[in-house]
Amino acid sequence: MSVTSAQRDESWRRLSPRMLLVHPVRELARAIPALLGLVVAGRSVGDGGLWWLGPLGVISVIALSMLRWATTRYRITPEQVQLRTGLLQRKTVATPADRVRSVDVTASPLHRLLGLAKVDIGTGSHESASGLSLDSLPAAEAAALRAELLHRAPVGPGAEPAEPGAGVVAAADDDTELARLDPRWVRFAPFTMSGVLGAAAILGVGWNLLDRLALTPTDVGPVRVVLEHLERTEIWLDILQGLVALAVLVTILAIGGYVLSYWGFRLTRHAQGTLHVTRGLLTTRATSIEERRLRGVELAEPLLLRAVHAARLSGITTGLKSKGGADGGSSLLLPPAPREVARHLAAQILRDSAPVDILLTGHGPAARRRRFVRALLPALILVGFAGMAISVGAPLWFGAAAVATIPVAAMLAADRYRSLGHALAGTCLVIRQGSLDRRRDVLECDGIIGWNLRESFFQRRAGLATLTATTAAGRQQYAVTDVPLPLAVSLGNRALPGLLGEFLTPTPGV
Amino acid sequence: MQLRDPAHHVSPRAIIFWTVRAVPGWLLVLVGQLLWFLVSRDYAALRFAALGATVLVAATHLIVMPQWRYRVHRWEVTGDAVYTQSGWLSQERRIAPISRVQTVDIERGPLEQLFGLANVTVTTASAAGPLRIHGLDRATAEGLVAELTEATSRSEGDAT
Repeated sequence: MSVTSAQRDESWRRLSPRMLLVHPVRELARAIPALLGLVVAGRSVGDGGLWWLGPLGVISVIALSMLRWATTRYRITPEQVQLRTGLLQRKTVATPADRVRSVDVTASPLHRLLGLAKVDIGTGSHESASGLSLDSLPAAEAAALRAELLHRAPVGPGAEPAEPGAGVVAAADDDTELARLDPRWVRFAPFTMSGVLGAAAILGVGWNLLDRLALTPTDVGPVRVVLEHLERTEIWLDILQGLVALAVLVTILAIGGYVLSYWGFRLTRHAQGTLHVTRGLLTTRATSIEERRLRGVELAEPLLLRAVHAARLSGITTGLKSKGGADGGSSLLLPPAPREVARHLAAQILRDSAPVDILLTGHGPAARRRRFVRALLPALILVGFAGMAISVGAPLWFGAAAVATIPVAAMLAADRYRSLGHALAGTCLVIRQGSLDRRRDVLECDGIIGWNLRESFFQRRAGLATLTATTAAGRQQYAVTDVPLPLAVSLGNRALPGLLGEFLTPTPGV
Repeated sequence: MQLRDPAHHVSPRAIIFWTVRAVPGWLLVLVGQLLWFLVSRDYAALRFAALGATVLVAATHLIVMPQWRYRVHRWEVTGDAVYTQSGWLSQERRIAPISRVQTVDIERGPLEQLFGLANVTVTTASAAGPLRIHGLDRATAEGLVAELTEATSRSEGDAT
């Protein structure tokens, strides 16, 4: 540990007193349904004699949220970050400083107004309860805490004490910029799913709200006008207009979401071995990932993004889930951007361009057959059902729609097979698969902590197996799907030399 | 090169255990079909066919599955690695280096206690990587856990 962190104030500290403004507002907003209930109950019971119930509720919510601030304390010692909460049931969460994998600093608009930021400290454990969250510190203190937690030397057993000054917050000019948002990238936003999800959420919430307010949608003025207009026009025109309206809505939401999540995106590499991502328009977010915790990257090219030559990049890190929310989560390394930018960035992060450029080994005809069987079987079953439905009097277009799924399934299968591949490049295992959600995973062989070799009944008949590399990082498992069994064994052996060695025998007859 | 099977079989008592464990599920199906006989008299031929099919499938499953499982379920622990194989229709082999093992658990359900059997679960830092050895006899399981605990305490690092 360094001199500076040892000299640091190690007493118990409170969160910023400005949280006394944030907590009550947030808790009141959360308690609105219950408070409304209290007000209504106070009015109706006993001729309004219990009118004080509502105000009492408001006051107790405010008091409780202030109490939370008063009972929460944290402490940073050279070995641990400790958080103590609770009044009646006191709880202390302690995170060893050398297990800190990532530090996430987020600030909602309310936080930013007050100059505050929330610090989430992630540890390597995959249990969700571990890690802790300091909500909130003054922004400058949050930034300093992040720098200190990430740039201190390891304190593990056997580690030599680092030279004095290793924990000093390094000057900003140690940062090299790897990527920065180009506003033109916003054009890729409509090709992500976030707009579709946003539209679904808005329509769902809107419908629910109308339902709650006991209104039928047709009673609402604008909706009625639209419906009357639709009744006067042809059905194909209705469908066309509906699709155009939906496309416009989805596009606007997608662009809005992209700007909100990724505005000001900047990825820098710190000389002491951390990657640093800052982004966000209203809620700002700064994530730091220690490079020695980084086990690889995922280059995601979903079908729509692939169509416009774009891709997304996220990190495979111990302590961070690769699968984040709609905004990419804290492992995001690059928002949807031109594919060449993503590939170049991946090579820079890995310090090796081979895993990005290498030609992948395909999985052969048996794997291709399996892709087609698995895609066409459901389509054929659908056709069968449609046939039965027509025989008992369903309209004929039922059959046409079912038959139309067959070419779609075939194209999907062909594309899924085209994507399938693997390679060993340098010290990395490279896996690519998927069609609608194609991904190239680059996983450092060092990060692999075991193999699962699975053969289903049908895979065994086809001579195929699925080799899964298990890891403590990212998705926890990265599978090489439907690879011929001998190839799977040799791949496992080459990726982690020595582990399989003692269990290998020469193939009989060779 | 090919991957050979792990060296050790699990306890032969596991065959009876797997058979006994599969019986209740089939009994439930049979009782359901018999109830159907009690409540209605339509489709008699169909019902007899269904009953016959159930009995046939159940008998095959109860005879074939445990034997097949016994042949597949194997394990081996060397100085460097834990290696397990399990399943019957679908089979899976799992290998983890001893240096990456985090915890070793032993677990015995009520039915397993009756047969003197135990399960050993070896976890690594990956949520996807637990290795399970089912149907070991109790003494072997306890010896294995002791051996693994000793081996993992020798290895250093945080196993990620």
